[in-house]
Amino acid sequence: MTEPARESASPAKKKARAPRKAKAPARPRKVTTTLRVNGEDHEVAFLPHKTLLEVLREDLGLTGTKHGCELGECGTCTVVVDGEPMLSCLLLAVECDGREITTVEGLSTAQGPHPLQRAFADLNAAQCGYCTPGFLCASKALLDRDPSPSRDTIREELAGNLCRCTGYGKIYEAVERAAAVMRGEPVPPVPGIDPASPTGEVARGC
Amino acid sequence: MAAERKDWKLVGRSPRKVDGMSKVTGATKFADDLSMPRMLHCKLHRSPVAHAKIVSVDTSEAEAVPGVVAVITGACMPIPFGILPVSQDEHALCRDRVRFVGDPVAAVAAVDEETAFEAAMKIKVVYEPLKAVFTPQEALKTPEPRIHDYGDEGNVHKKISMEFGDVEQGFSEADQVFDDVFFFEGNTHLPMEQHATLAWRDPDGKLTVWSSTQTPHYLHRAMSKVLEMPPSRVRIVACPNGGGFGGKSDPFNHEIVVGKLSMLTNRPVKIALTREEVFYCHRGRHPVLMRFKTGVKQDGSITAMACKTLLDGGAYGSYGVASTYYTGALQTVTYKVPHYRFDGVRCFTNKPPCGPKRGHGTPQPRFGLEVQLDKIAERLGLDPAELRLRTLQPAHALTANFLKIGSMGLGACIRKVVEASGWKDKFRKLPRGRGVGLACSSYISGAGLPIYWNALPHSGVQLKVDRGGGVTVFCGETEIGQGSDTILAQCVAEVLGLDLLDLRVVVGDTDLTPVDLGSYSSRVTMMMGNAAIQAAERARELIAKAVSEKTKVPVAQLEFAGGRVFDVSDPTGKTSMSFAEAAVVAEAKWGTLGTVGSYTPPPSPGRYRGAGVGPSPAYSYSAAVVEVEASEDTGMVTVKKVWVAHDIGRAIHKAMTVGQVEGGVYMGLGEALMEEMSYRPNRFGVHKMPSMLEYKSLTTMEMPEVETHLVEDPDPNGPFGGKEVGQGPLLPMMPAVANAVYDALRVRVDEIPVSPEKVLRALASKDRRFGPTSFPDIEMPPVTKVPTPWQGGSGRATEHETQAGGVRS
Repeated sequence: MTEPARESASPAKKKARAPRKAKAPARPRKVTTTLRVNGEDHEVAFLPHKTLLEVLREDLGLTGTKHGCELGECGTCTVVVDGEPMLSCLLLAVECDGREITTVEGLSTAQGPHPLQRAFADLNAAQCGYCTPGFLCASKALLDRDPSPSRDTIREELAGNLCRCTGYGKIYEAVERAAAVMRGEPVPPVPGIDPASPTGEVARGC
Repeated sequence: MAAERKDWKLVGRSPRKVDGMSKVTGATKFADDLSMPRMLHCKLHRSPVAHAKIVSVDTSEAEAVPGVVAVITGACMPIPFGILPVSQDEHALCRDRVRFVGDPVAAVAAVDEETAFEAAMKIKVVYEPLKAVFTPQEALKTPEPRIHDYGDEGNVHKKISMEFGDVEQGFSEADQVFDDVFFFEGNTHLPMEQHATLAWRDPDGKLTVWSSTQTPHYLHRAMSKVLEMPPSRVRIVACPNGGGFGGKSDPFNHEIVVGKLSMLTNRPVKIALTREEVFYCHRGRHPVLMRFKTGVKQDGSITAMACKTLLDGGAYGSYGVASTYYTGALQTVTYKVPHYRFDGVRCFTNKPPCGPKRGHGTPQPRFGLEVQLDKIAERLGLDPAELRLRTLQPAHALTANFLKIGSMGLGACIRKVVEASGWKDKFRKLPRGRGVGLACSSYISGAGLPIYWNALPHSGVQLKVDRGGGVTVFCGETEIGQGSDTILAQCVAEVLGLDLLDLRVVVGDTDLTPVDLGSYSSRVTMMMGNAAIQAAERARELIAKAVSEKTKVPVAQLEFAGGRVFDVSDPTGKTSMSFAEAAVVAEAKWGTLGTVGSYTPPPSPGRYRGAGVGPSPAYSYSAAVVEVEASEDTGMVTVKKVWVAHDIGRAIHKAMTVGQVEGGVYMGLGEALMEEMSYRPNRFGVHKMPSMLEYKSLTTMEMPEVETHLVEDPDPNGPFGGKEVGQGPLLPMMPAVANAVYDALRVRVDEIPVSPEKVLRALASKDRRFGPTSFPDIEMPPVTKVPTPWQGGSGRATEHETQAGGVRS
């Protein structure tokens, strides 16, 4: 077995060093902006062509926002900007100066998870969970605007978000359940889940 | 055995998943969510041509890009790999030949992704073009140049010919013989998460690889082999997968490349594929042309079936040999087939490799079989549901090809969907343009044999009991969204009477967890579940013995429930203690508390070459009715509602079971109506639509309502009686849609997907059919003849067969 630590790297490094000083075209310089994300101001420096998705994930460490295509096709990277669901992969971060950005990390508060988060977890509306942050943000924007959406409205509002696991049915149910909770209406218990438990686990001895 | 109990606390319920809140708060870390200090980013340079010799690779310009740390080519990784031992035909980077548009040739590691991309674009490769083939028909006619220098001949990867019983005799006994040709276009998994991998060879010489993989154990073997590092120095951590569906089951080029780059640079290296690259990785559904010849009696009973399949394998072996066997394996487990013949051929073509997608090789023939049954029922004047009910395999049967069926709830499934959908009032009675279709399926609950031959367990579980009452469960299984972490915790918590919160699961880590072969072939609940129950029962026994010794309560009277250990016959509860107290008593008696459990599937009765594909500890069954609206003007097919029933054996977690059924229905409808991989043969084999916008899949606007029914017919081999659900419910969708379109418009679209264009062309054609009309004549090897069980067969072949064995999956 060869000893990997002793393997020489490709000749790339040595060659790469020599002709460095030749005047290359000026590289773009970073811009500094204050982004208001989940109620907190972040002063952040990034290259001006960076998307909001990239800045959230790579500069702010908010990896809860996912990417599925980075071309605006799948809805996975949806965040809420000034109350509207936006595809963070198509939005330049520089455009977001002074705007109110909410990501999946900002849905929970000290009081607990957002009703949408609870409903998604309780009804198994998140299977692999990868599209979930996008669905949650799109749904939050919807419910903030329309507290009692019909099933058809929910379908239309979520039509830009793809999910490959669930078949969408449980997602509709979760949005409807969360909407009822947010309206202050009683909701039936989910079988197998103890509403009194902070985590929703089955209580001991049930 | 735990399966005997009826008063379960967790089994059959729907507790919140152990990772449920993490997934809705953004806390779950998928592979691309990981980063490390000094981490480099990798990009691959991929071939723009479909088939060519590599004349030269010039990396000098790429190396000169500021920020580039290393550039590598195939020269530094000469050892081939591949998921199956019989097709080790891939290299981490192509060395002398590219075989499809997208085949990786070189890789760059740089300080950031943009620099890596810029440098990768500056790599200059000189190609000497070779004739490329894009269909299996072309491949059959073009033996040279060969895409690979192995395989059965020319560009034919694999030929299989098997006969169980005597089909000619069966056809001679038939009242009618049906002969139909079908085509199933290829499609892909399209998981929402693009593949990503982070690798770091640490200063102490150990390589750790975090990856979106469904099969960490197989990746472990491939990495170790190609990078020439002992397995003890390679650690694979399978991150939660953002969807897999079979698309992350192969070891991939990019995983090995970042391992190599980390070794060369002494820095962590990450790669995150673009969506376009995911289309090139593919390993999805094989396009399959198939011919079904089926003899039936007037009462609908089948006298013989001969099935031929021609698979378009793409550019590499992948799981293809197993996929080819799977196109012939499961036709026998749903209906009684006294004589059965299967001829399968897989060709290499210059397109992204095909492999296992949800249903692995079985949805294509299931489509042909179930549509042909619809035609048979019509010709015989039988209701399609009735026809199927008459010919069902009985439970615990041994099929013509020596598959041992366990519990069999297909009859109950058919009756459920017939009743729920109002089938009898709708079939052939709805107004023109509206129709219903019915179809059934079955799938394995785990492959009976591992991918590489070994006599080891398929799943192992270790259990550690802490003095504080917490239990840590270690298993190599991989959470890909199907909920395996929760099933693992549920099985242990059920046996030990604990709350799920008292458990921690540690999974998919080749350093920390015992081997589980991976999340493929619908095997995890069956195999890991049994291993987990065994480990938990052993822990329970240790604890019970110690508690019994201390309290003088006989072991048989001790109950574990509600986080306590107590004497069931003592209403005062005087001897009751918490699980934590019991754990302390047990540790004092035995020393450190830990147990193991493992599972190996029962041996299969088949002993002929090829008998390795198809056997399973148990088979799931599904039936579905689909109602559609089909327009004569536009050819558009809209699914109005789906009724599906699935024989799960026992639903360990109800909500997750229903979730898998509905997810399978969703994916099946996508395949039925719109999903397809298509290429431009006239433009050098370029993928037509490697994006989520162009590759059509169902959005909320197309997905109909689904009514799900579970049939629980516990299987003696299943954990708590449970069987699979991850794949089976997808299979009836494609034939059910095609059958419903016939009911609506009286046209046959014998090809998947059932696109509007095909419906219109069927409407315009004289025979009111769209689909392939012929199956090529292919010279086949001597047939392996196996006498059936009812001919007194022993499971061995009689001719052209010297030894048992062959390919497994």
